[in-house]
Amino acid sequence: MTAVSTPASLQRSVHAMDNAEVLRIRNDFPVLDQLVNGKPLIYLDSGATSQNPLSVIEAEQEYYEQRNAAVHRGAHHLAVEATEVFEDARQTVADFVGAQYEETVWTSNATEGLNLISYALSNAALWAAQGRGGSALKDLAIGPGDEIVVTEMEHHANLIPWQELAFRTGAALKYIPVTDHGTLRLDAAAELIGERTKLLAFTHASNVLGTINPVAELVALARRVGALVVLDACQSVPHMAVDVKELDVDFAVFSGHKMLAPTGVGVLYGKQELLDVLPPFLTGGSMITTVTMERAEYLPAPQRFEAGTQRISQAVALATAVNYLTETGIDRIHAWEATLGQRLVKGLETIEGIRVVGPASGSERIGLAAFDVAGVHAHDVGQFLDDRGIAVRVGHHCAQPLHRRLGLTATTRASTYLYNTTDDVDAFLDAVSGVRAYFQA
Amino acid sequence: MSLDQLYQQIILDHSKQRHGSGLAETDAPAGASTGQSHQLNPVCGDEVTLRLAVADGTVQQIRWDGAGCSISMASASVLSELGEGMSVEELHSVIDNFREVLRSRGKVQADPEILGDAAAFEGVARYAARVKCAMISWVAAEDALNQATV
Repeated sequence: MTAVSTPASLQRSVHAMDNAEVLRIRNDFPVLDQLVNGKPLIYLDSGATSQNPLSVIEAEQEYYEQRNAAVHRGAHHLAVEATEVFEDARQTVADFVGAQYEETVWTSNATEGLNLISYALSNAALWAAQGRGGSALKDLAIGPGDEIVVTEMEHHANLIPWQELAFRTGAALKYIPVTDHGTLRLDAAAELIGERTKLLAFTHASNVLGTINPVAELVALARRVGALVVLDACQSVPHMAVDVKELDVDFAVFSGHKMLAPTGVGVLYGKQELLDVLPPFLTGGSMITTVTMERAEYLPAPQRFEAGTQRISQAVALATAVNYLTETGIDRIHAWEATLGQRLVKGLETIEGIRVVGPASGSERIGLAAFDVAGVHAHDVGQFLDDRGIAVRVGHHCAQPLHRRLGLTATTRASTYLYNTTDDVDAFLDAVSGVRAYFQA
Repeated sequence: MSLDQLYQQIILDHSKQRHGSGLAETDAPAGASTGQSHQLNPVCGDEVTLRLAVADGTVQQIRWDGAGCSISMASASVLSELGEGMSVEELHSVIDNFREVLRSRGKVQADPEILGDAAAFEGVARYAARVKCAMISWVAAEDALNQATV
């Protein structure tokens, strides 16, 4: 059992990944070894959710078989062990993104992390209005006349919480438009981000376009006016080295299930000086110091934002997933996926009637590509590919405003991960080249 | 179950030659009672707006506009061709029958005597994720029919 669960790439080599290594890696992922419609499964939907290596599945099982207990309470043996692995997991994940332990908050997923920030900020306005929370909160409070800036390429998870924050606080929501090539218009950003801007939220890498946004430039624009920066790192942290300190963002969020871990766990990073003064989002057990019948005092971060019994086994599994990525080498994974992304786009560009959205081949992109097929709806494309055992995502990918900007209602998206070979990409391209003929388009 | 059983030629044909499409460009027959319904599948963005006109207990006209996959567009086309000229009761019963077949996961066979060209959608019942695509215009028709016959 241990033989198969050991990450395949323990050789820790610095050489580039190749198909032979990927095939060894694939042996660690039981779900990938199956036939779909009589054909070997080719999984190209990791942008939606990734698969779990055996080591991650076993870590969760091992936790339940040997250590399960409520953390941060109880003096018994299991409670101590559970707390230890839970907090060790936090340190592992914090190290992976260059964060401090105290700055790493468990959430259910990135969506919850973004909502947490959104509600903590509107709570800050409520607290400040009643003189609660000290002078630091006054600076963080958002209100009428203030502006929140997002981008036109956001996933709904990094758009709607800000729409609602604007609604609750009376602030205005502005957005940075995208170019026809699927990049942000930095000229427009420089004009939009001004004295009224209190918060700038944007994605590190687009889940539709594949674009990697220039974090340093955008952070510089925000710093110029003293605005907070929120980074959606869902499509970056699983696939490339991310150092939140180096990027100098105030908050960052990502989801475990997109990085080889189970669903139900995500991470919010926040600068300690912010997390320690922001009001909590969810309140209840495990996040308090003193409680009377009238009111409560709260712990500092991270417990401040972790009310209720936590997702312990998932956190442990996420740390195991991080170890798997680290042992394989996140830079090597990034380079491999960049190769796959270019191969995808280059191949799609040669097929008649295909329009790839986002940067053209030769320009930087992450290992995914979304595209439109002339005369064939994305749902039909997806069905055709599924018949050949190929799993892709179809629809608006939770980015309706971006699709509207592109003049489309839906696209088909192929997204790769460390367990995809160039042969997977080629089989996908071969299948796509038959789509229009099949549907007589 | 092969892909060809899902995408029968009649479905591909209807998805391109859309019977009854062009709601905005057509007026409802004078004197008829009308109902109109807009249905949206937020998962994939399939969208249908359908108007149905009834006079003397008979469906006079079905017109629709929509955007979506071949299954949803063909289904709307077949429905408007099939439904026009039916009595209100007939159309209700055909919609019920269509729904029963589609939700049966392949257990209930389509009867071409009842469903006509719509029997071609029988294969969709085996693809749970696509049932809504085939149903969207029928749900709109049922809603519009109820409005027109209040």
